[in-house]
Amino acid sequence: MGKISLEVNGRKVEKEAPDNTLLSTFLREHLQLTGTHIGCDTSQCGACVVHVDGNSLKSCTALAADVNGSKVTTIEGLETNGKMHPMQEAFKKLHGLQCGFCTPGMVMSAVDLLQKNKKPSDTEIRDWLEGNICRCTGYQNIVAAVKEAATKM
Amino acid sequence: MASLVGSRVERKEDKRFLTGKGRYTADINLANQTYAIFVRSPHARASIKKLNIDKALKSSGVVSILTGKEIADDKIGGLIAGWAIRSEDGTEMKCPGNPPLAKDNVNFVGDPVAVVIAESLAEAKEAAEKVEVDYKVLKAVTSTADAMNGDTIHEGIDKNLCFDWLLGDRQKVKEAFDKADKVISIDIINNRLIPNAMEPRACVADYNAASEEITLYTTSQNPHLSRLIMSAFGNVAPEHKLRVVAPDVGGGFGSKINVYNEDIVCSWAAKKINRAIKWVAERSESFLTDIHGRDHVTHAELAVTKDGKFLGFKNETIANLGAYARVFGTVTPTYLFGPCATGVYEIPAAYTNVKAVYTNTAPVDAYRGAGRPEATYTIERLVEKASMELGIDKTELRIKNFPTAFPFKQTLVHTVDSGDYVAGMEKAKQMADYKGFEARRKESEAKGKLRGIGVTSYFEACGIAPSAAVMSLGCGVGLWESAEVRFNPTGQVTVYTGSHSHGQSHQTTFAQIAADELGVPIENIDIVHGDTDKGTFGMGTYGSRSLAVGGIAIVNACKKIVEKGKRVTAKMLEANPEDVEFKDGEFIVSKSNKKKTIGEVAFACYLPGVRDEMKSPLPEGDEPGLKETSFYDPSNFSFPAGTHIAEVEIDPETGHVKLEKYTACDDFGRIINPMVVEGQVHGGLAQGIGQALYENAEYDETGQLMTGSYMDYTMPRADNFPEFNIGYTCTHATTNPLGVKGCGEAGAIAAPPTVMNAVIDALGGQEVTMPATAEKVWKACKNLKKSNAKAA
Repeated sequence: MGKISLEVNGRKVEKEAPDNTLLSTFLREHLQLTGTHIGCDTSQCGACVVHVDGNSLKSCTALAADVNGSKVTTIEGLETNGKMHPMQEAFKKLHGLQCGFCTPGMVMSAVDLLQKNKKPSDTEIRDWLEGNICRCTGYQNIVAAVKEAATKM
Repeated sequence: MASLVGSRVERKEDKRFLTGKGRYTADINLANQTYAIFVRSPHARASIKKLNIDKALKSSGVVSILTGKEIADDKIGGLIAGWAIRSEDGTEMKCPGNPPLAKDNVNFVGDPVAVVIAESLAEAKEAAEKVEVDYKVLKAVTSTADAMNGDTIHEGIDKNLCFDWLLGDRQKVKEAFDKADKVISIDIINNRLIPNAMEPRACVADYNAASEEITLYTTSQNPHLSRLIMSAFGNVAPEHKLRVVAPDVGGGFGSKINVYNEDIVCSWAAKKINRAIKWVAERSESFLTDIHGRDHVTHAELAVTKDGKFLGFKNETIANLGAYARVFGTVTPTYLFGPCATGVYEIPAAYTNVKAVYTNTAPVDAYRGAGRPEATYTIERLVEKASMELGIDKTELRIKNFPTAFPFKQTLVHTVDSGDYVAGMEKAKQMADYKGFEARRKESEAKGKLRGIGVTSYFEACGIAPSAAVMSLGCGVGLWESAEVRFNPTGQVTVYTGSHSHGQSHQTTFAQIAADELGVPIENIDIVHGDTDKGTFGMGTYGSRSLAVGGIAIVNACKKIVEKGKRVTAKMLEANPEDVEFKDGEFIVSKSNKKKTIGEVAFACYLPGVRDEMKSPLPEGDEPGLKETSFYDPSNFSFPAGTHIAEVEIDPETGHVKLEKYTACDDFGRIINPMVVEGQVHGGLAQGIGQALYENAEYDETGQLMTGSYMDYTMPRADNFPEFNIGYTCTHATTNPLGVKGCGEAGAIAAPPTVMNAVIDALGGQEVTMPATAEKVWKACKNLKKSNAKAA
C-alpha cells in the first residue's frame, strides 16, 4: 500500500492504494470517477484516456503511483461551470457517439489533438484517433465533430 | 407545430455520455458486494475427471466456490436455443444440454467450470488460480467444413449435425438448371467474426432476503426476454421475484441478446450466499465467450440464360453453431438466411439447404445482420461473377432481374410490400460517378496500381417479426412489442418501451414520435426502458425491430390516449365525441371551435370528482387517469433495400487494399431522424467493411482461439475508412402506420460483397476469401502478373 496524491479535476485527493493499482482502477474504484471506461486488457481500445499534466494518456498503461503528484483531468472534469467543452458540444451536435462507451476516451484524446494541432486535416484526425476504437459510429461523425470543435477552440 | 419526425433532433441521451455520467453495469457497486471470477476450460474438448477446490477455499477472502455439481443439485437449468428447426426429413433439431457451469464435459475454450466468489477482485483471481481441474483432453472438432467427419462432440448427436434444413424445391430447381444456357458456380467462406461491443459483458446480482427478490443488472439488449428465459428455463426464480435491469449498455450488435452463463450463475449464487456479486468480463473473456457471428461454408449456383435472365438458384451451406445452440443460433442460418438467399431478384426456382454443425468453438449466434449478410454475400458474389462471365455490365444485369412491380412475391417466403430497386440503383450510380470509373481505373494503372469497382443490391427482412409467422417457423415466443404511455397530472409524459437502446438513440427518436403524436414538447417526454420493474414486457432490440415494431406500439398507445382525450373533451365541453378533433396538442370541437389542450385534459383525467358546479369530466365507463398500453404485433416483416458501390485501389507491390470510395444509397422508408440514421449506416458499413478487409476469428486445430485480443483480431480504426457517401431513396412501408422499415443492419449486410466485388474486380476476377488481407491480395497480384505475362 502507498499513498497516492493527485489533483484530479481541480480537486486535491489523497488515498491509500495497493502499489499495483492502475491509474484507471484508481480513478474508477477509489475515486468513483466511472466516466473513464475499461474496454480491453491490452491497452488497445483507448476508452480510458485521461489527461495527465495536460497530455492524453491511456490510464490503464500507468500505475497510479507512477503519476503521483500529477494533475489529472478526466471526462468528468471537462465541463466549466456546468457548460460543456466545445469538443463535447461538437460530439453532441454532429452525432459523434452512439452507445457512449468509447466516448470519454475519444473526447479526451481529441481534445489533446487540438492542443497540439489547432487545424488538423481529416487524415491527421484519423491517424491521431488510431488508438481509440469505436464499434458504433464508423468514425465519420467523430472526425466531423473534431473538425467542428477546431473551429470553436 | 412543426413536425419533429424527419428532423435532425440532437440526442437527449448525449449529455450524460459526454460528461462521464453514463451508468453502465460495471459502474454499479452495491453495498457489501463480492466479486466473481469464473474458472474456464483451457481446452476445447475434454472431460472433467476431477475438480478440487480445497486449496482454493482456503485462499484469503474467499466467500464461496460453486461448481457444476451445485448447479445440478439445485436443478438450475441450462442455456437454450430459442428456435426449434426441423430437418428436411421432418425430424426435430438435436440440441445438447448446456449447463451454466460444466460438470462432466467442456466443449470450447472458455466454457466455465466453476465460479470463485471473494471479498475483492484480487482475492477472487488469486483463489481461481488454485482451483485444480483434472481434464482428460479429447480431440477437438474446429473446422466448419469437416465438422461432420470429426469425433462426436455431444453424445447422441451423430455427425455433429444439429439439423439438415431445406427451404425451396429441389425438383423445380433441377428443371430450371436443365434449361439454363450457363451455370455460374461459386465456393465461398463467410468468415467468422467476433462482435466486440466496446463495453465488455458484465453483471451485478443482488438478493433481497426480505422480499425474496433477485435483482440482476446486466449488459442485455432485452431484459424482459432474459428474465423470461432465466425464470422459465434457468429456474433461477419465478418472474415476479426476478428483476432484470439493463442500464446503459455499451453496444450489443447481437452479442448481448443471449442470457449467458454468468447471468444465471451470479443470480443463483447471490441468493445462495445472500450477498451481491459483481462480475465484469475482461476483454480476453469477451473474445472467448461472447457469441461469435457468421462462419458459413457455401457452394452456390445460379442458372442463367445467355442474355442474363436468372432461372434458378441453389445454395448448399454448412453453418457452424459452435459448441452449443443458443437463443438465435439456429434461426440465424435458416429463417434469417434462406428466405433472403435470392436477394432482390426474380428467380423462379430456388432452394437453400443448410447443415448446421457443432464444433468445439464459442457458440455462434446473431451478429449485426444475422443471416442476411451471409445470404447477400452469396447471391451478390454470384451475380458479380455472372456479369463477368456473361460480359454484361454489372448494374444492367442486376436491373434486368429486379422485380418490376410491388408487392414483390418472392419465390421462397417473403412478400416485399414496397420498394423501387431501379431508382436505388440509378441514384447510387450517379452518386458514385459510375460512368467515370474507367477513367479513374486508367489513372490508377498509370501509377502502377490496380483499381476495381464493386456493386451490391440488397434487401433485408427486418422489423422482426410477426408472431404468427415466427412461431409457425419454430420461434419459442411471439415477437411483438409493447409500449405504455403515461401522462402525469401536470402534463409531462413518460413512455415505457419494451425495446432497448444500447446506442440506437431511442430516448430521442421515440420521443420525436410521441411528441408528434401527442403535441407535447419533446422536453416533456421521457423514454424509459431497460428495467423489468418499470415497463410491462418487451422483446428487446435486435433485427432492426425497435422502430418498426416498438415505435409502432408507441404510436398505437398514443392514439388510444388521443381517443380517450376526445371523449373527455366532449364531456368537458358538452359536445359529441365525434365532433372533437385533435391537432398539435389541442382537442377542438369542430362546431363551436372551443378547445382544450392535452395538458388540461390530462389534468382533468386525474380529478374526476364533483365539486360545486364542476362536473366530472370522465364519461361513463372511463376510469380516472391517463395511461394507455399497446402490444403491437406486426403484420409483416419490413424490407429495407438499396444499392452500394465501392471502389478500391490495390498496390500490387504490397497487396495493400485502399478503400477509395464507398457509396450507399438505401431505402429505409420514412426516416424519423436523419442524423441518427446516418450514424447507423456509418456504423454498419464499418462492421461490414471490417468483415471484408480486416476481421477474422481464427481457431487452431486444437481449438485455441488465435485471435483473442485486440493485438490479434483486427478491429477497424479511424484511418481504415474513407468518408462514406450516403444517400437515400424512399418508398414508405405499407404495413405499418409510420411507413418505416429499419436501418440498423443495412451497412453490415451490403458492405462485404460490395467491397469484395471491388477487390475481385481489381484482381481480374480472381477469388480471394474474406478478409482480403495484404498477404492474400499480394499473392493474387503475383498470379495476375504471371497470367498477364503468359497472355502477352
